[in-house]
Amino acid sequence: MTFGEFLLVAVLAVPALGAVAAVATPGDRAGRLVGTVAAGLTLLATLPLVSGDHGWFGYGPSPAVQPWHQLDLPWAPGLDLRFHLGVDGISWPLVVLTALLTLLCCGYTLWRVPEGGGSGRALVALLLVVEVGILGTFLALDLVLFFLFFEVVLLPMYAIIAGWGGDDRRRAARKFVLYTLFGSVLLLVGVYVVVAAAGTADLVTLTGGSGLPRGTQLAAFTLLALAFAVKSPLWPLHSWLPDAHTQAPTVGSVILAGVLLKMGTYGLIRVAVGVAPEGARWAAPVLGVLAVAAILVGSLVCLAQDELKRLIAYSSVGHMGFVLLGVATLTATGLQAALIGNIAHGVITGLLFFLAGAVKDRTHTGSLAELSGLRETTPRLAGLLGFAAVASLGLPGLAGFWGEAFAVIAAIRRGGGLWTTLAVLAALGGALTAAYFLRLLRRVSHGRPSPAVGRLAPGLAGAELTAWAPLVLLALAVGLAPALVLSYAAGPVNALLAVFD
Amino acid sequence: MSLVQSVDHVALLPAYLAAGTAVLVLLADLLVARAGVTVAVAAVGAAATTLGAAGVGTGDERRTFCVGADCSYVFGGRAALVAAVVALLTLGVLALSGPLLRAGRTPVGEYAFLLACAMTGGVLLGAAGDLITLVVALETLTLPLYVLVGLRRGSLAGAEAAVTFFVVSVVATTLTLLGAALLYAVTGALHLDRLGAVLAADAHVRDLPLTTVAVALVVAGLAFKVAAVPFHAWAPATYDGAPLPVAAYLSTASKLGGVVALLAVVQRALPATVTGPVLALLAALTMTVGNLVALRQQRTVRLLAWSSVAQAGYVLAPLGALALAAGRTADARAAAYAAAVAYLVFFVLLELAAFAAVVALRPADGDGGTLADLRGSARRHPWVGGAFALALVGLAGLPPGLAGLFAKVTVVRALLAGHAGWLALVVALNAVLGLAYYLRLIATLYAAPGPATARPARLVVAALGVATALAVVVGFAPQLVLDLAAR
Repeated sequence: MTFGEFLLVAVLAVPALGAVAAVATPGDRAGRLVGTVAAGLTLLATLPLVSGDHGWFGYGPSPAVQPWHQLDLPWAPGLDLRFHLGVDGISWPLVVLTALLTLLCCGYTLWRVPEGGGSGRALVALLLVVEVGILGTFLALDLVLFFLFFEVVLLPMYAIIAGWGGDDRRRAARKFVLYTLFGSVLLLVGVYVVVAAAGTADLVTLTGGSGLPRGTQLAAFTLLALAFAVKSPLWPLHSWLPDAHTQAPTVGSVILAGVLLKMGTYGLIRVAVGVAPEGARWAAPVLGVLAVAAILVGSLVCLAQDELKRLIAYSSVGHMGFVLLGVATLTATGLQAALIGNIAHGVITGLLFFLAGAVKDRTHTGSLAELSGLRETTPRLAGLLGFAAVASLGLPGLAGFWGEAFAVIAAIRRGGGLWTTLAVLAALGGALTAAYFLRLLRRVSHGRPSPAVGRLAPGLAGAELTAWAPLVLLALAVGLAPALVLSYAAGPVNALLAVFD
Repeated sequence: MSLVQSVDHVALLPAYLAAGTAVLVLLADLLVARAGVTVAVAAVGAAATTLGAAGVGTGDERRTFCVGADCSYVFGGRAALVAAVVALLTLGVLALSGPLLRAGRTPVGEYAFLLACAMTGGVLLGAAGDLITLVVALETLTLPLYVLVGLRRGSLAGAEAAVTFFVVSVVATTLTLLGAALLYAVTGALHLDRLGAVLAADAHVRDLPLTTVAVALVVAGLAFKVAAVPFHAWAPATYDGAPLPVAAYLSTASKLGGVVALLAVVQRALPATVTGPVLALLAALTMTVGNLVALRQQRTVRLLAWSSVAQAGYVLAPLGALALAAGRTADARAAAYAAAVAYLVFFVLLELAAFAAVVALRPADGDGGTLADLRGSARRHPWVGGAFALALVGLAGLPPGLAGLFAKVTVVRALLAGHAGWLALVVALNAVLGLAYYLRLIATLYAAPGPATARPARLVVAALGVATALAVVVGFAPQLVLDLAAR
């Protein structure tokens, strides 16, 4: 077993074993600690994955997916299922982001366990299981394995929302799990439409749509795109998201918004576009129109929203709209914008949900009407909220800028009446995004302290700062040096798009 | 030609073992008259039957009672699998029966004897090579169950359930027999393979209206046994009135028997052009109706009963691929039958685990009760509750219940290989419906604790543990089941 294979196994095995160990450890705090250590080791294991053969300099025809490391073992030949993992420039940033956010959430749980549910170590264990599912989805290079990991996250996330969430958690959790299962089963059918036609489930072979008839590609892309549209979520299939985000505990919201949604956009790029390019070309205008509709609808709803977490949740609909617009253009710029938009949204919205959780924990309300003057009593919290909001609205120099700007640019470059119109509307949506975040800041930070805000202590806990600092730094770093993400993705993206030229 | 047939006794060994178990149980009850001994004899007999079936099954296919090339008893790989699974299920149900028998309202000797008789029918069933042997085996499996359902003294619900079950089942058998007689009238054949050959070769016979009627009668009669919609109405009432272990047997071994019989006639005897569309429709209706009605159930066993109606739909679904010409190539057909058998094996394992958990969490002589009676029981008994939740998640077809997930995957794969995409979508969407009620039950298990429950019986917990362990193993190594099913 090479070092790379060992790392790939470790990235999945460490959190899985950590989850078991966290539950098995006697004592709640010790269990949480064990889980957090496992999450930390997982992050350490994801980092060296970047080493390895980035071979994009070869001559002649090469496969469209060239993993830096891979591991390929037979599992169930009767189902065309192989345990085939691999990592490349498209998946690696997401893998690291997942490991980082999980570690931050576990660490945060070490400090505070949300009320209303079971033990803290069970929560940590569930977070780790969700991590296994998400990492597996990003690493899988076998379609059936991809589906398998895609499903793994459903029930643990349900349990997190139903066990530790807000007042209306059961309904929200049920809606989340049934809605996203609806997406997953479409994925199952789509996967086997491809496998039955191609006779293999190997993503390396399948990418580029090798030899699939056009009819199959259209059917497969429709099913796969629907499946990923539910997860991403793409308007009008988004209605599970606001409830789930609002009711989930802080750490659940962070994972949901930060990385769980990315399974949808990643799947769209890697699986749907990769396996059925002909279908992608056929459906691109529809996808583009829906993406822009998501941007506009998301922004308009946010402008009228009166609940803090719900507002941030709806802002995700808008941001993921930009990501999907980037994918829909099917250009190198667009896909790059989508990838960096994914990472930026994960970092910034993760931070926003942490901050919203902190505000709600302190004031016991999320209603904008009852929150005002936060900067008078807790200036640091208000400052961080301001930073995150400004990053999220796409200020140049911060992470949110690149994804949104380049999605619009990609749409303009695509040319033609439709795409130019979409670009203009998306830019308008960007302006609306700025408007609602500024409205949020005006309502929450400024003005006289409301009774709920007035009695707050100014300080922040060390655990909170520890959890938030990496996200603040990353938002800055990705904003100032987008090459952090983009340099790895250029090769794979160009290879993926070679089929369109 | 000699008038004395040579009989291959090795091929019959599993059947001898099963029938011998029944006789020994009866003798043990008469001579020793101690409950423990009687049950132990039955358990040892079931274990021996399992080993016998597995042993004979590892060799080549064995045939006996032949007339020319047609044999009434064909013990091949699939027959061995069915026999072994039925014997194992019998063993499992015996373990679940501990609390019921100890409660004293059920006569132990009769109970064990009837269970062993039913096992004999199940062991024979997979090997049946002609329609009459098939119906006799199926009836041997079902007849003892009429009595078992109503065996509890002083239980009105049990008596009602037994009568419902008896009436419906007798009607179903009559239909099948009438169909078999008509088929004989048309073709002059009763052996499954001969029937298949005649119907395949002679388009004139195949297109006779009488043939269509005969095929419809056979399929409808067997659909009653499987509890496929619209022939399902008896199942929930019967399951709920029966003692819990008997309900477990009904929904696992008895259902397995019905499906195996249906598979045998569809695969070997009847023309796919007629059965394919019927089965596709039957499957789609069965899973949809079963799931929709299960959504509203408040009683645990009724919920499981309706869910097992729906599961029968998933089992039949791969056969629906035969509805289309593309699904009738030799490869696609073989894949469809193998998928149905594989689903069945995954399903009975999970269903047995689920029933074992209900038995463990309910009072010794109690019925399934309502969902509210199980409130919070997973917090009180974390291991039993966890195993129950795992079985339910598996039945819903989601990780961590990998066995159930792979079962669904097998079905969807077979359907798409047979180009029956619409049915694959129906299966997929039904999985969403299914999760809704399984989740309701699981959420109840983990709700804040309700009424205190008794300590689970040790034997029941052991059976639950074994079933769960097996489900986990085949969850990680689904190829084991797929290989067995494809033989």
